[in-house]
Amino acid sequence: MLAQAAAADVFREAAARVTAALIRRFGDFDLAEDCVQDAMVAALETWPRDGVPARPAAWLTTVTTRRALNRLQRDERYREKLAHVASSPRDDGEGDDRLRLILACCHPGLSREAQVALTLRAVAGFTTAEIARAFVASEATIAQRLVRAKRKIAAAGIPFRIPSEVELGDRLTEVLDVLYLIFNEGHLSTRAGAPSKRDLAEEAAWLARLVCRLLPNEPEPMGLLALMKLHLARGRSRFDVTGHLVLLADQDRTRWDRPLIDEAIDLIERAAGRARPGPYQLEAAIAACHAEAPSIHQTDWVQIVVLYDMLLALAPTPVVRLNRAIALWRLDGPESALRDLDALTADLDRYHLFHAARGEMLHELGRSEEAHAAQRRALELTENTAERALLERRLFR
Amino acid sequence: MKYVFLFCGSPADQAAFDALTPEQLRQQYAQVGRWFAQHQARLGHGNQLQGPETATTVVLRGGQPIVKDGLFMEGKEIVGGYTEVEAADLDEALEMAKTWPGGSTVEIRPVVVQR
Repeated sequence: MLAQAAAADVFREAAARVTAALIRRFGDFDLAEDCVQDAMVAALETWPRDGVPARPAAWLTTVTTRRALNRLQRDERYREKLAHVASSPRDDGEGDDRLRLILACCHPGLSREAQVALTLRAVAGFTTAEIARAFVASEATIAQRLVRAKRKIAAAGIPFRIPSEVELGDRLTEVLDVLYLIFNEGHLSTRAGAPSKRDLAEEAAWLARLVCRLLPNEPEPMGLLALMKLHLARGRSRFDVTGHLVLLADQDRTRWDRPLIDEAIDLIERAAGRARPGPYQLEAAIAACHAEAPSIHQTDWVQIVVLYDMLLALAPTPVVRLNRAIALWRLDGPESALRDLDALTADLDRYHLFHAARGEMLHELGRSEEAHAAQRRALELTENTAERALLERRLFR
Repeated sequence: MKYVFLFCGSPADQAAFDALTPEQLRQQYAQVGRWFAQHQARLGHGNQLQGPETATTVVLRGGQPIVKDGLFMEGKEIVGGYTEVEAADLDEALEMAKTWPGGSTVEIRPVVVQR
């Protein structure tokens, strides 16, 4: 079993690279993916038994290219693809290939759920079944989503190329948003799933690391990776032994992963050196303030409010305003924070954490009845079991 | 790849367009004219369409053709014109569409290629 896991790890490292190279050579997403998936089955059978080849990527390239050529020769429809193969360059800039692949998977012309499914499938090497398990959807739904997305890529002419400098910023944001969504899906879930379930949060962090490697001069991927590391560093203390959610204020900070926090802070500082602040860098900086604080009361709330103000200048969203109000509550008490929250009611009335935060502020002000109403409203709006349990405990205090 | 750009606008856009003074209308057409001139090499056939009040719809469902006044879809957006576009890929087409000066929405549709 261990050999199998090792084989899977090596495979994952090589798969995206090989898929990307095949797509460039054959100009066909489906063909490339099918051949890589076939090769994976072969690899997982033979590698644990015979050992992992010395150069796994080269092994995979050979196997998948042979399979692809076989398919093309057998299939009438693919004849014209062979002409494409003959005219395209063989192997140069593998790194760029993977970047092209990620950018195509996260193209703004695709729906967000298609972007997520394609990225997991083509870049992280998930099987359709694994994606379905991760998103609690049926395998048929995910399979259909992937087919539609790949059809759109081919039919609409979504390219496998690096966008112009002007476009790259927006396109990169799209990629990072997809990765953060995948991360949160793993991080926020209650981890009640089967132990075999691939850890989405770890996968998303792996993908973020890959983007950092592919675009070493861009600070926002570093910001996202730092943010993920900071979340992961506190991951173990977010649930108690009975599986109950533990809030930041009550977490055992000695259980936080210090080396991981240091790595994240190092990344934030390197990103800051580029002097191009962005939303993920700021979010990471805020998370770092929490990670470095010895307790909730000894947290640098002034700094956090300042960082939220900078974030609001870049991304003036209601959720950021909510988080700023929560920081202001810690800094200044509940009165003014509650005023800021109430101004957000129209935007966030359907967001459970808005009502949960409001409930806590009302509770602190001794307005118990309103506090209860807010907690009940929060409870109505979330289906997450861990969050529900916490809100229920608040209703009975 | 060949695409068709459908230039669309909301009924509010249409009303604003109808309310333009002759001078504003001239400027608007000048801007649109510049866009067409700039992208001329990539453009094929195209037309501006007359307003939605001139539309007639024929519904062919259920055997008997039914003719009715107006648009088929009383939607939020009205197609006001179209043009064929030859672009290397969707990104190139998107770059062109993002600079369209003549309305609020451009729908990009790849055409079916006859084999």
